[in-house]
Amino acid sequence: MLERIARHLASIVALVLLGGLLSATLVRLAPGFDSDAREMDPSLSAESIRAIRAEHASHHNILDFYSTYLFNAVHGDLGTSQALGQPVKDLLRDRLPVTVRVAGTGLLLGWLLASTLAFAACLWQKPASDLLGTVLSGVFLCIPAAVLALASVILNAPGYLAIALIVFPKIFGYSRNLLAKAYALPHILAARARGLGELRILARHVLPVAGPQLIALAGITISMALGAAIPVESLCGLPGIGQLAWQAALSRDLPLLVNLTMLVTVVTLLANSSADVMVHMLRPARA
Amino acid sequence: MKAIRVFACVIIVAVCALSLAAGWLAPDGYARQFRETPGAPPSRAHLLGTDEVGRDRFARVLYGTRISLLLAPAAALISTALAALVGGLAGYLGGIWLKLARAFTDLFLSLPWLFLLITVRALLPLNVSPLASVLVTFLILGVLGWAASARVLSTSADALRNSDFVLQARASGLDGPRLFLIHVLPNLKPVLYAQFWISIPVFILSEANLGVLGLGVAEPLPSWGSLLRELEGLISFREEPWRLVPLLLLIVVMTSFQILLSNEEVTA
Amino acid sequence: MIGRQSTSPSLVFLFRAKRGISFSSALRATTLLLCLAFVATTAIAQNGGDLRFCLRAEPKTFDPLLVDDDASLAVRYLTGGVLARINRQTQALEPELAESWKISADGKQISFKLRRGIHFSDGTPFTAEDVAFTMNRAMDPALHSSTGDSFRSGPGAIVTKVISPEQITIRFPAPVVGLDRMFDQVAIMSAHSGKKERAVLGPFVVAEYKAGSSLYLERNPNYWKKDSQGRRLPYLDSIHLDIQPNRDVEMLRFKRGELDLINTLDTDYFDRLGSASPQLVHDAGPSLDSDFVWFNQVATAPIPEYKRAWFRSTNFRRAMSAAINREDVARIVFNGHAQPAVGPISPSNKFWFNSNLKPIAYNIQAALELLKADGFHLQNGALLDKSNNPVEFSLATGAGSKPRERMAVLIQEDLGKIGVKVNIVTLDFPSLLERISQKFNYEAVILGFRNVDLDPNGQMNIWLSSAENHAWNPKQKAPETAWEAEIDKLMRAQASTSDPKKRKQSFDRVQQIIYEQAPFIYLVNNNALSAVSSSVAGATPGILFPQTYWNAERLTMNGTASARR
Repeated sequence: MLERIARHLASIVALVLLGGLLSATLVRLAPGFDSDAREMDPSLSAESIRAIRAEHASHHNILDFYSTYLFNAVHGDLGTSQALGQPVKDLLRDRLPVTVRVAGTGLLLGWLLASTLAFAACLWQKPASDLLGTVLSGVFLCIPAAVLALASVILNAPGYLAIALIVFPKIFGYSRNLLAKAYALPHILAARARGLGELRILARHVLPVAGPQLIALAGITISMALGAAIPVESLCGLPGIGQLAWQAALSRDLPLLVNLTMLVTVVTLLANSSADVMVHMLRPARA
Repeated sequence: MKAIRVFACVIIVAVCALSLAAGWLAPDGYARQFRETPGAPPSRAHLLGTDEVGRDRFARVLYGTRISLLLAPAAALISTALAALVGGLAGYLGGIWLKLARAFTDLFLSLPWLFLLITVRALLPLNVSPLASVLVTFLILGVLGWAASARVLSTSADALRNSDFVLQARASGLDGPRLFLIHVLPNLKPVLYAQFWISIPVFILSEANLGVLGLGVAEPLPSWGSLLRELEGLISFREEPWRLVPLLLLIVVMTSFQILLSNEEVTA
Repeated sequence: MIGRQSTSPSLVFLFRAKRGISFSSALRATTLLLCLAFVATTAIAQNGGDLRFCLRAEPKTFDPLLVDDDASLAVRYLTGGVLARINRQTQALEPELAESWKISADGKQISFKLRRGIHFSDGTPFTAEDVAFTMNRAMDPALHSSTGDSFRSGPGAIVTKVISPEQITIRFPAPVVGLDRMFDQVAIMSAHSGKKERAVLGPFVVAEYKAGSSLYLERNPNYWKKDSQGRRLPYLDSIHLDIQPNRDVEMLRFKRGELDLINTLDTDYFDRLGSASPQLVHDAGPSLDSDFVWFNQVATAPIPEYKRAWFRSTNFRRAMSAAINREDVARIVFNGHAQPAVGPISPSNKFWFNSNLKPIAYNIQAALELLKADGFHLQNGALLDKSNNPVEFSLATGAGSKPRERMAVLIQEDLGKIGVKVNIVTLDFPSLLERISQKFNYEAVILGFRNVDLDPNGQMNIWLSSAENHAWNPKQKAPETAWEAEIDKLMRAQASTSDPKKRKQSFDRVQQIIYEQAPFIYLVNNNALSAVSSSVAGATPGILFPQTYWNAERLTMNGTASARR
């Protein structure tokens, strides 16, 4: 088991490094990397504009940049943000807790809402409860994230509520289908006919079937929550990683973007790998 | 509940029919600017009022339906197929394929695709035809949208690989692609259907956000996404409630889709 | 004074009324009253309150010499002390840190006499050495300061001479037009303070900065300015600046009372807010800003040769200009809070505006005649050039400006009426910038120009054909057309004399040429719209930046608002 975890961790590290390089390449190759809004200022002399362009040219060689970055990172220096002029380490340290709190709470709330609706649909076996879940999740799936975030600003609602509402329809969509399929298995019908209690059916027959996939779903919902955090934090004024990511993307801030990608990669890989490990641990011994 | 499914079917057919009849229902077209009455409330001439440059919103909703309702499901189909291929196939094959697919998927989920989109726009000519722009946009969305559900599918397919009935099927001589298509794929349906259903509105909304980068539907073509973006400036819904109609339409259509797609009845 | 009465008259009254009381009780009463008076006056002096508004972007720097973006400019305005300030209302130059100044006859030298007894926010004394340090640093070629560059009228270094702690002379290598007015942009830095750029002379000082979310400015305890009653300014205790790029959220927060002013208000919000509470919104008339369209005339641009021929033809550009309905743009996009523009100078810039020029009227016939002269013809509703190529081009704009996107849609429809097919392309700003300044792979662009300076000399790098910002065809080795050569000559002429009449004559002719040749097709001058909540007293919004808080040191919060905080 420990060996398995060690292998997972090693592959995570390798993938994170690869992710950093790929994202740096994506940013570098996208048009507009070299341009600086200062060039439009008519009071700048020709020499000044040349100097500004030369500054940007220093980031041209991506392999160079990346190897310097990694070397510094190992020594604790994650680079300095071009747009905000502050060390990336400080920015991340200040903002990570905010995002963890907001996205985490939002995700938990979203799961609560989605599972309540999904289980209500399956346990009660009334088409009305399924319809309710479908309509509710349909409504929130179709409302743009920016509008939900704005609505939460208007109504003075906390940011995590907006994230919960953005995420829960997707969780509901998957979990409802998974649970419905599990409940539709023939032996459930037989168990019900025999008078087995719902809770026992759930624990003994449904969860073992749907469980692994629900755990895998849980892994990817973390990425979904992080994605939802970007518009919500920016519009609700929450100083978290999402707001930072949006700023960085708009200003092509290479150091910040590379760090953020690697952070997101780490979180995604950890989430999904933990899900994999859990699924493996829960797998019943082969007969 | 049969009745509900029939009702859902009727709604979808009605919406499609209305959008195809756009030429008759809204003869002025989606681009004509009634410059005397910008931002007007609903009236007999303009059933849903006019937008901020005076274009008839009802016409724009009808024509926008054609684009969004045709292309978003197509893109959703592409992303579902890719997810089935990468996630499902890898899970079914197991071993090194599964590990590689999972690593690839996780990396795919984490990269900032915004920059790829910006690059794609730069590679397209400036004067690209609206049709080409729209097709490219939805194609890209389909190609980029498979990763999340592929992850879940890989777990499902992995579990199926070792399940009794697959072992049985193998034992009875069935193998390879036929085994995958006949026994494994159908059991992945819950996740695939869920992904298809979720992807449609996500792509519709994403198309509008891509408009900011120069992709998406080009002016003056309308799309549901661009109509929904109008809502962003709406601070008090009470003042102009008719602006919510595109949203309501999308919700109704999506709910109908889900009702039709949920072939797993929850009643005994 | 905020309008509260001093307590001394009541003290006198009290003594007269209580004649018969014992001395000790009178003493006690007096002491009590004196204490109350003291508390009351200090309470009044400190009851300035906290002003809150938003910055639309992150301030990129706190170094006053490297300021280039709006947010940093706002911070510099509030924290920086300048030698002379342009009064945003009267547009006259007024003494600030300098009591007086004198410009030499040849326009190359300026001498300042500075005020005495002034200290930076950290206590360091302010002397002429600080002025010398600031100017030398600004003109340092290695720094690439845009403030310094605006003084750079010719090659060579400046010479600063500190005659005494209150007197300084600065000599420039070449004459600089409007030399004194340019010091409005030079915030003096301390030569000796350990705090470097954080030691300031302005009314406020940066107290706390949360990158990406907010900026908190506090009253500068050493601010030198006093009001007419001798009380220290600023009245406000602090200013809270939130970094909020989204205008919908900004508007929401203003409506809820969380923000006290919106410096530049969108037309939609102006009307919505104004219909409910007209006393909160202000329309100060046409601003100095303009929006315009231009065509790519670069000889080596990667566009088809026949398109380049269209864009370089004056008849084509003027035809496009005549085919755009500017009245509709002003009416629909700005709801009447704009007027058709004529050229680079807005009519509210009364001295420099060439009043002989009238906005180009919407005239399809005239447009078609101009096109016919170049061999264009209509066929089946589509316009074709003389080689039968259909006239089709892309109009690019930066994302994020709703007014410009709407203007593009109106232009697309207008030009469609003369058979021209316009494809609107919205791009993210860095991509757009790369296309228009480096790769030149664009056809037509619609952008706006935010003018902060009344004097057109600041636009030299736009009108000189050899300059970077000569947007339609930058960095020409030699002027490629006769009219661009003439503009070059006229711009140099207006920069070489300090006689305002001669300068105006030259620049009027420049405006005339631009009008005739239409390298920029000017659309509208939009009005300066702003909103100020009723809790702020003393604000008089104008058209020059910063429109609402240009007199920040004299703004106060009304009692109710301060009590709420």
